[in-house]
Amino acid sequence: MKIVALVKQIPDQAAPQALDPDSLRLVRAGKMIIDDSDSYGVEASLQVAEKLAAEVSVVSMAPNQETAGVRTALAMGAASAIVVSDDQLAGADALLTARVLAAAVVRTGAELVVAATESTDGYTGTVPAQVAALLGWPALTFAKEMQVDGGTVRIKRQTEDGFEEVEAELPAVVSVTAGSVVPRYPSFKGIMGAKNKPVELLTLGDLGIAAEVGERVTGVRDAEARAAGEVFEDDGSAEERIVAFLEGIKVL
Amino acid sequence: MAGSVWIICETQGESLAPLALELAAAARRIGGPVVAVGCGGAFSRAAAELGAHGVATLVEVGGCEGHLQGGLIAAAVVEAISQLGTPVAILAGQTYTGRDALAHLSVLLSAPVLGSAVNVSVDGDTVVAENVIFGGERVVSSAVEAGKVALIGVRAKSFSPDPVAEPISPAVVTVTASPDAPAYRSRVVSSRSEEHAGPKLDEAAVVVAGGRGLGAQENYAAVEELSGLLGGAPGASRAIVDAGWVPYAYQVGQTGKTVKPDVYIAIGISGATQHMVGMKGSKAIIAINKDPEAPIFRIADLGVVGDAQKILPRLIEAIKRRR
Ligand SMILES: Cc1cc2nc3c(=O)[nH]c(=O)nc-3n(C[C@H](O)[C@H](O)[C@H](O)COP(=O)(O)OP(=O)(O)OC[C@H]3O[C@@H](n4cnc5c(N)ncnc54)[C@H](O)[C@@H]3O)c2cc1C
Repeated sequence: MKIVALVKQIPDQAAPQALDPDSLRLVRAGKMIIDDSDSYGVEASLQVAEKLAAEVSVVSMAPNQETAGVRTALAMGAASAIVVSDDQLAGADALLTARVLAAAVVRTGAELVVAATESTDGYTGTVPAQVAALLGWPALTFAKEMQVDGGTVRIKRQTEDGFEEVEAELPAVVSVTAGSVVPRYPSFKGIMGAKNKPVELLTLGDLGIAAEVGERVTGVRDAEARAAGEVFEDDGSAEERIVAFLEGIKVL
Repeated sequence: MAGSVWIICETQGESLAPLALELAAAARRIGGPVVAVGCGGAFSRAAAELGAHGVATLVEVGGCEGHLQGGLIAAAVVEAISQLGTPVAILAGQTYTGRDALAHLSVLLSAPVLGSAVNVSVDGDTVVAENVIFGGERVVSSAVEAGKVALIGVRAKSFSPDPVAEPISPAVVTVTASPDAPAYRSRVVSSRSEEHAGPKLDEAAVVVAGGRGLGAQENYAAVEELSGLLGGAPGASRAIVDAGWVPYAYQVGQTGKTVKPDVYIAIGISGATQHMVGMKGSKAIIAINKDPEAPIFRIADLGVVGDAQKILPRLIEAIKRRR
């Protein structure tokens, strides 16, 4: 069996974020890394693969044939990768992204797709279910636990007030939350091995997809700032100030 | 704007989720008539309540029981559109089921999703949604290309319920998703609530939230005690949810609950942008953090630089003494 882990490569989030003043898009320059959220999806895929003797492929859509983040997933243990890059994908919305990813998934012949619930820098949070809908597979979203056996995938899915147990026969798409597993650190051997693992580079033309985008950013403004109040150091009687504050706003 | 606006309504136990009425208010900013779509008996029984908030038609989705609702509702909406015509916009909550429904609709209707909206408006013949980025510092407006249905995920508490002067008695239409909808292949085997007893996190007047600065799971008990004393609900940062200290239902922030209590007390929480989007609408904010540079102090009305493990017990004692 083949499992696909979807991976987004994003600018290092430790660096400050900015919007390009002309395009009003996030500036995606500088060093790219695997989105931290996706390391959970890669780990979850590897755990299933290890149990079922299956193989994990990474699928990523990225500018400029970027592979740095994908190599991290390969170093963790994924066997191969597909990276789709195309100048026409600059400014792709979630639906176009999902079309690209779904088309790449089809090429792998995978029966299970694992993704993060949302990316760290964009957080639309719809791509996994869009990929599922495009493939015509059930979408088991927001999993805090995932298990696969005998062709059935079972998850614990987060809900507004707790969780539910959901299952489906494969093929299926699962999105996993951060905290669902503990991502492994790539070993030295893994990092060296990743350099020789196959990474297929594709364009939109290879996938037969037109770069259609249905939305556009029309403006950006500063939000009304919330003014900072009073900050003081605890001298052993901070509780009195807090109680007085709560009395002032009639909570006490 | 001419054309109907549809809202996807979720239920909580026997009642409508509060977000449903917020969506009805948002929908009326775009146009009308408003059509509400939902699953199950609790939704059907809310017809009068929805009518009082301007909903003209209820679309009851049949056969939801036992399956994930988002995909099924989306497939049913496509059936309903063939009977009622295409809406200009479909709004859902920025919730789990809401996001699933919008994602499926996006594929079925070939339309984009504008997520995390905190405001909606109409500009000529396009629908515009606003969302906040960088932890609420900047507001981005996005428009849907003309001719596409605007699919909008609305953040909780972005709109206030707004009853209409003359309640409507809604018409009711029942639809069922096409039998080949993939969502039928998902099976919901069981569901469990992990909510805290007492007021709900997103409805409580007081929220006391703890973060990694509490140091250890057992120190969360003091957060619960304080919230209990104040008649509030305990909340948490994602760091301690991921660490397994408290259930996910406690999480406040971008991927958790949005709260707007009278007072939010953040204890040992740094104030990451993803946390702040979920609580910066609180009327008052108190922060306790040992780092004077912690970002949370930038939005706190009262900031205490100090050790939470020392201050919390004293605060609990001080409040008990007042009784
Ligand atoms: C896509 C995405 C979505 C996210 N969604 C959310 C979300 O919904 N909600 C959320 O909360 N986070 C979310 N996060 C995570 C967020 O970025 C932060 O990692 C998280 O909020 C940090 O939690 P924290 O403040 O408890 O921990 P930390 O950032 O580690 O902060 C701990 C704080 O405690 C203070 N401290 C330490 N010891 C003491 C002491 N003895 N007394 C007092 N203070 C002390 C420290 O000074 C520090 O400021 C998300 C992240 C991503 C990438």
